[in-house]
Amino acid sequence: MPLIEVQNLCKEYSRRQVLKDINLSVQNGEICVLVGPNGAGKTTLLRILDLLEDPTTGRVLFDGKEIDYFAKDKVTLRRRIAMVFQQTVLFNMNVFDNVAYGLTVRDKNKRSVEEKVKTALELVQLRNFERKKALTLSGGEAQRVALAQALVTEPELLLLDEPTANIDPRNVSIIEEVLSRVNRERKTTMIMATHNMFQAKNVAHRVAMFNEGRIEKIGTFQEVFGALSKSLVDFARLENVFSGFSRITGDGTSLVDVGDGLKIEAAFEEAGNVTVFVSPEDIILSAKPIVSSARNSFEGRIVEITELGNIVKLKIKAGRDFTVQITKRSFVEMNLNLSLKVYLTFKASSVRKI
Amino acid sequence: MGLTVKTALLELLLRAFQLILSMDSEVLNITLLSLKVSGTAVLVGALIGVPIGMVLGLKRFSGKQYLMRFVDLTLRSSINTLMGLPPVVVGLAVYLLLAGSGPLGPLGLLYTPVAMIITQLIMVVPIITGVTMSAVGSVVKAIREKALSLGATDRQAAWTVLSEARMGLLTAIIVAFGAAISEVGGIMITGGNIRWFTRTLTTAIVQEVNLGDFSRAIALGVILLLMAFVINLALTIIQLRGPKR
Repeated sequence: MPLIEVQNLCKEYSRRQVLKDINLSVQNGEICVLVGPNGAGKTTLLRILDLLEDPTTGRVLFDGKEIDYFAKDKVTLRRRIAMVFQQTVLFNMNVFDNVAYGLTVRDKNKRSVEEKVKTALELVQLRNFERKKALTLSGGEAQRVALAQALVTEPELLLLDEPTANIDPRNVSIIEEVLSRVNRERKTTMIMATHNMFQAKNVAHRVAMFNEGRIEKIGTFQEVFGALSKSLVDFARLENVFSGFSRITGDGTSLVDVGDGLKIEAAFEEAGNVTVFVSPEDIILSAKPIVSSARNSFEGRIVEITELGNIVKLKIKAGRDFTVQITKRSFVEMNLNLSLKVYLTFKASSVRKI
Repeated sequence: MGLTVKTALLELLLRAFQLILSMDSEVLNITLLSLKVSGTAVLVGALIGVPIGMVLGLKRFSGKQYLMRFVDLTLRSSINTLMGLPPVVVGLAVYLLLAGSGPLGPLGLLYTPVAMIITQLIMVVPIITGVTMSAVGSVVKAIREKALSLGATDRQAAWTVLSEARMGLLTAIIVAFGAAISEVGGIMITGGNIRWFTRTLTTAIVQEVNLGDFSRAIALGVILLLMAFVINLALTIIQLRGPKR
């Protein structure tokens, strides 16, 4: 039986339709990932499922029973659900009290609270963080505390709104690992919004592709993104995606000519037209050329700098445009600036075919 | 010449401190009345201003009702304007209300501490409302939703919001108390600066300066500053301290 069933759901704000005729059924223990660009309606759907907003029309069934959005007491149902928000919000308390919040409001006894908080913090790899002030944590740590806050309540349904947006790669992989583990061990049903297709590939059982308030496609990742066209790549706003003609080199790699004089060496053997992707966090940025085993090294200039909390995204023009992600600290230490000459280095194995 | 001025100033300061240390009963009376008037005004002001500020910070009248949006905008700008009300104007308005021929004249409140409290109350309510409104508006929605999402009841969520907004609330009270305790124009008009009855630190300073008794004026000024400092220190300590587990 599905845990969540959304039927013909529409949502309007001041006559603007944000969600249009949404039908979605999520089974017990399933991870359903909602992908799509910003403003596609993913967050609104999650907020409706968390009972923070009401649908304009349509209905939602939780565990076979229709949710009454006008009921006075929504707490009983809400306590079976938890949500991790994109914008990390923590209370001005220490980490322990933050994680314990959901249990404290449920009047759990002190001993079980202590045990559960400890387990939750160990799960998100924040052991010994109990006494730290929550508001002094880094972005990634804070989001892991937010995840622990949700997990400690052992929800049947976990809603995640872009939980890894704007945090560094190490924290992203910890969060993805925790989600997979919790789903595997506790059979927690999860609905997660993301615009990162690779995250969808890593964690989703099923993917629902959102666009302009509608679900355009739903199925396994392969079914939805199997035949990945260029328009889909644009749609998902992926960075560092290059299409070109590939030639097998003979020593286990291929050389992909992506235009503008740029040839990328990839650790696969395939000839013909291919589309490849290099993750921004796999690219090493240096002020001087470096000698390494990495097969790809290009010279370029910084054309755009975007600060995202503890990380900085740089756009580098090296024939084609590359996006590179580094920590704020590296950015400051390397004294980087617009139009500065830099070198990009990445392994052939970091080049993935899509 | 320079030396004479220096010596005179030192002498003034010395006499001022002697006055403070001697615990002069009139000075004590003046100090306590200042505390009573401003403290009461801020306390009552907080009881009125905090809830209004919280509601305005939380809710925004919107949607199709243009009238409601207009009311909302007018209300907010009015509060911001009232935050800078000139005390003398407030004093004058309260005077006209409480004077014998005024609408509240029969109550006989003019030239009493109550009239002074009313004057300062009118001044501090917009300050407390305005500061609370902006402090609460920025965090409250996210905190409330987070609390609800983690299973809090409406009441528990409201309590969490209040606790999280304590920095802003205390800022509102600190700002309001600072404005009230240092105010002179309004209470001079409505209190009348009557010795042993409505004379406060600020009105007494004006009086002593007019009479040329500078050491007494300095002593009162030092007491005023010290009092403001101690109260603000206490409030700041509360503000900075997180809730204990």
